[in-house]
Amino acid sequence: MHPAPSVIIFTTLSGLGFGLLFFLGLGQPAVTGSVAFVFYAIAFGLACGGLLASTFHLGHPERAWRAFTQWKTSWLSREGVCAVGALAVMGLYALGAIFMDSHWTLLGWIGAALSLATVFTTSMIYTQLKAIPRWNMELTPVMFLSFSLAGGALLAGAEAVAPWLLAIAGAVQLAYWAKGDKALVASGTNLGTATGLGDRGSVRAFEPPHTGSNYLLREFVHLVGRKHAQKLRMIAFVLGFALPLLLILTPVQGIVIKHVFAALAVLSHLAGVATSRWLFFAQAEHVVGLYYGKR
Amino acid sequence: MTELPDSTERKMGLVIDLDTCVGCHACVISCKGWNTENYGAPLSDQNPYGGDPSGTFLNRVHSYEVQPEQGHAQLIHFPKSCLHCEDAPCVTVCPTGASYKRVEDGIVLVNEDHCIGCGLCAWSCPYGARELDLAEGVMKKCTLCVDRIYNENLPEVDRIPSCVRTCPAGARHFGDLGDPESDVSKLVAERGGMDLMPEMGTKPVNKYLPPRPKDQIEDQIDILAPLLAPVAEEPQGFMGWLDKALDKLPGGAN
Repeated sequence: MHPAPSVIIFTTLSGLGFGLLFFLGLGQPAVTGSVAFVFYAIAFGLACGGLLASTFHLGHPERAWRAFTQWKTSWLSREGVCAVGALAVMGLYALGAIFMDSHWTLLGWIGAALSLATVFTTSMIYTQLKAIPRWNMELTPVMFLSFSLAGGALLAGAEAVAPWLLAIAGAVQLAYWAKGDKALVASGTNLGTATGLGDRGSVRAFEPPHTGSNYLLREFVHLVGRKHAQKLRMIAFVLGFALPLLLILTPVQGIVIKHVFAALAVLSHLAGVATSRWLFFAQAEHVVGLYYGKR
Repeated sequence: MTELPDSTERKMGLVIDLDTCVGCHACVISCKGWNTENYGAPLSDQNPYGGDPSGTFLNRVHSYEVQPEQGHAQLIHFPKSCLHCEDAPCVTVCPTGASYKRVEDGIVLVNEDHCIGCGLCAWSCPYGARELDLAEGVMKKCTLCVDRIYNENLPEVDRIPSCVRTCPAGARHFGDLGDPESDVSKLVAERGGMDLMPEMGTKPVNKYLPPRPKDQIEDQIDILAPLLAPVAEEPQGFMGWLDKALDKLPGGAN
């Protein structure tokens, strides 16, 4: 799949933003006043910035409101509904925390649940696609959720759970890569089943339909960059999980240095998740590539 | 809504004969022509006369080489367009309701006025049947020439999809695949029509007829050959002397 910057930015930032909103909704940290304003500004900035980025790749963004109508069947529509619901509920909750010095617990829990639901629906947009075996796995939503929770815990300064969530997210990442590498073969789809000619002999793409490129090849067949996949996986794993874990577990003296270490951990995690998300798209093989003798 | 109908009254679709298709691409051109001038947004081209031309097509013809374990390789031309699947993933993923499957004839269509051009339907299609038009920003796909097949302004002979009408080899057939008594259903039953990627669970309506087995090539393919003067296995005369003389030079005989 073509790793479009809009979807990489969207899934990375909004995952982190909704992860932070989840913890804020649970009252972790139970901040009020101007400190709460900073926390909610970061959370809403990430979540809304991500959502805005996702509209950049639309052919007709002015019709985007229609995307809220098909929640009965479409995960993309469900994501829109959940995102708006989460932002509205957490917006109210934030008003209470910032201006009225109060935490409306039930509202916070609903907002937290909707925030996680948003991340889950995002992941299901990809998971549902049988045509992309590397995405069509149970581990895909597990990966999105574990990343979001780990990032949210880091940003929320939830010291008790952040190391555990980071370790889990890192383990899920490794498992996703291991299983994903076998997904296309395990799907049973090959040029033989694609053409229906497989039982007659070995099928080879002899001549493409056109001498030039086309939408399908540009959108679904991304070969450039895959050659560095192993190196990028190392970078994603170290930046996303290993280094942040090290940074938050290092015992340091003084509040300033502690905050610097926490900020570095967040930035490192963000860079790592963005790299992982780039690989998520760049390495995903759409079966339509088989028709062109590519993958 | 983008909910799929439980069943459709008819299952209109194409039957494509891989045995007959000669790979002339006439169906590709007639499809592009008809669908640029009629239903919905035109099928645009980008940089059509430049160094890197590309454009939107609803029908493309691939060519594949099939090498059996024994015998000669076979070249098979393979037209591919929307299969109007019964369980069409492209319809259910649509967030706006722009994609839908018609109850009356099973045709999968896009309401271009509601399409936001997110591309998710094209992602969900294993066959690459949908292409986002770069000029219009909306999704394009085969309409089964819905503006021809019911069009009473056209002579009856033309009320079939443009690709079927054009095919000079008669490799494309159009009809109701939900009716077991229709000509296309009988053709599929007789020739062992097949689904593409059945493991994807899309239940395509369009069927492909596999190539018939080729005639076996016997050892002697030319019945006149025994009557002709045999070609000398060993060179004679001057050529024979030259052959022997060259063999004796350093480097030796092969």
